[in-house]
Amino acid sequence: MRLFKKSVNLDIALTHLLSKKKQTFVAMMGVTFGISMFITMISFMTGVNEFMMELTLDGSPHVKIYHPIENKTVAMDSFAASARMTVLHHPKPKNELPKLKDGHIILEEISSLPEVSGALSQVSSQVFYNNGPVKFPGMVVGTDILKENELYNLTEKMIEGNITDLLTYQDGILMGLGLAKKLGASVGDRVSLTTPEGQTFFFRVMGIFAFGMGAIDDSRSYASISTVQKLLQVDPSYITDIHIKMKDYNEAKNLGVRLEESYGYKAEDWETANEAVLVGEIIRNTMTYVVSITMLIVAGFGIYNIMNMNIINKMRDIAILKATGFEGSDVSKIFLYQSMIIGCLGGILGLLLGFIFSSGINQVPFPQNDFINIDTFPVNFKPFHYTLGIVFGVVTTLFAGWFPSRKAAKVDPVEIIRG
Amino acid sequence: MSTLALKANHITKSFHDPVTFEVLKDISFEIEKSKFYSIIGKSGCGKSTLLYILSTMDTDYQGTLELNGKVVTGQSQNELARFRNEHLGFVFQFHFLLPEFSVLKNIMLPAMRLGKYSGSEIEDRAYAKLKLVDMAEHALKPASKLSGGQQQRVAIARALINDPSIIMGDEPTGNLDQNNSRSIVDIFMKLAHENGQTIITVTHDLDIAAQSDNVIEMMDGKIISMT
Repeated sequence: MRLFKKSVNLDIALTHLLSKKKQTFVAMMGVTFGISMFITMISFMTGVNEFMMELTLDGSPHVKIYHPIENKTVAMDSFAASARMTVLHHPKPKNELPKLKDGHIILEEISSLPEVSGALSQVSSQVFYNNGPVKFPGMVVGTDILKENELYNLTEKMIEGNITDLLTYQDGILMGLGLAKKLGASVGDRVSLTTPEGQTFFFRVMGIFAFGMGAIDDSRSYASISTVQKLLQVDPSYITDIHIKMKDYNEAKNLGVRLEESYGYKAEDWETANEAVLVGEIIRNTMTYVVSITMLIVAGFGIYNIMNMNIINKMRDIAILKATGFEGSDVSKIFLYQSMIIGCLGGILGLLLGFIFSSGINQVPFPQNDFINIDTFPVNFKPFHYTLGIVFGVVTTLFAGWFPSRKAAKVDPVEIIRG
Repeated sequence: MSTLALKANHITKSFHDPVTFEVLKDISFEIEKSKFYSIIGKSGCGKSTLLYILSTMDTDYQGTLELNGKVVTGQSQNELARFRNEHLGFVFQFHFLLPEFSVLKNIMLPAMRLGKYSGSEIEDRAYAKLKLVDMAEHALKPASKLSGGQQQRVAIARALINDPSIIMGDEPTGNLDQNNSRSIVDIFMKLAHENGQTIITVTHDLDIAAQSDNVIEMMDGKIISMT
């Protein structure tokens, strides 16, 4: 009871709120709804973003080293010493293979770097897949399938067959789901491939995989590294790509730059390779924040209106409080407390409701899909978002209550009492 | 210690809307402690305006005002609010209770604001004041459920809660019937003569004026007699 003096303003504020339960409830619901939608939207959107990111990162290396083929001509070199003016028309590039020289040594060196969690070498080539007379362009990747599994969790992505089957059969191939559909091939079928040099080989489909990304599933198949080397008629030291997975994928860009400098080959990090995905994420995040904050501001205007009305209705009470010795600041506190209480209670309720809503979305089954390995919609539950929600809610109501309460503080009691 | 409760020096006030009009013209007077004063006069003579200046709520005037020997003219609104809280009590024509609160709470609020006593003491004091105006049995009713006369008595109890030295009334009996207004005048008399509190009330009612210790008569913004 010693706190009586300090709490008298709060006491009056509470009485006002409780005497108009319906109005209080409506004002509170505004905040509750705004914050619950904020939580729901942001949890869902960031959940989707994170899922997309995982999907992208899952199927692609953090850094990929390869040898880009440039349109380089050596024809001009022959005339360099000549004093005559030479015009070179329509030069052709020299024959250059996309080979990483000393690829095995590079791989060993990279594998021993502390920030790298795993690396593998591949021989990849463009090929045509033949389905009778129809040819589909695609890729064949020769790889150490066990290592590939370590980096990309290939086992999880197998729809049919087993990755170890590739080890038992020399001319076996693992095929992307989309590609298999195009070819009408299923496990056990033989399919034919034509290399860019025109050689045609037959492979037996040992398994079918799906990464959930059309770019991979519609064109890629895996075979053993020696099989692809044989297909391309190259020696066993021939490799075209090195894939690197890192402990912290945010470091990829730095590592890429370093590797490019030390080996002279192109080192492409995942951010550069997936720019479109990242841009999409930025757009989605911006949208989410803009919509959520708009909702909170609308709720704030609701409170502003209600508090304004409230103060107009309570002019006589304000006058009487001031006449009996309440200062302007006491009166403004009374009304500020009211909007703060509305904001805090509405906000906490909003967090709760937002949690319930997002849990609900998390339970909704994702439409069955061969490509994407997910049961329900992805939703994030991050304390940060909840903190942000309550802070935003309270700050908005503080502002919404601030202006009307200042008005209340300035009421001239004489004017009201004399009428 | 001076025996003066209030001293007004050359108080002048004008209204500017719609045309400038001098409503109080150079008013000076003194009010003694422990007396019951009535201010009478025709409508529009400025008596209510004068009362609101004396009450410190209206600060827009020329001249100086001393209450309990202290110059209050020129003090800030917050200082005046604190002063009113402790030293002044008000009773208005239209009772002006807070409708959401109980009778008891209405009386307690100014004391809670003052914070001089603990919560239970304030409650005891509020009951004592209610007994004084004969309203103790209605203590826990909502203020909005009372009749006009009852509300006015509660308003008096509220004016008394902080034991103010001066109690001001603006037509405190203006809305009440004979019986009610007589009992309120009796309460005022008792407060002045037994508790030593000063009562200043504006009234139309000549019966009340006749019972009071002193009568201040006003006309056209001036005091024409003080008896």
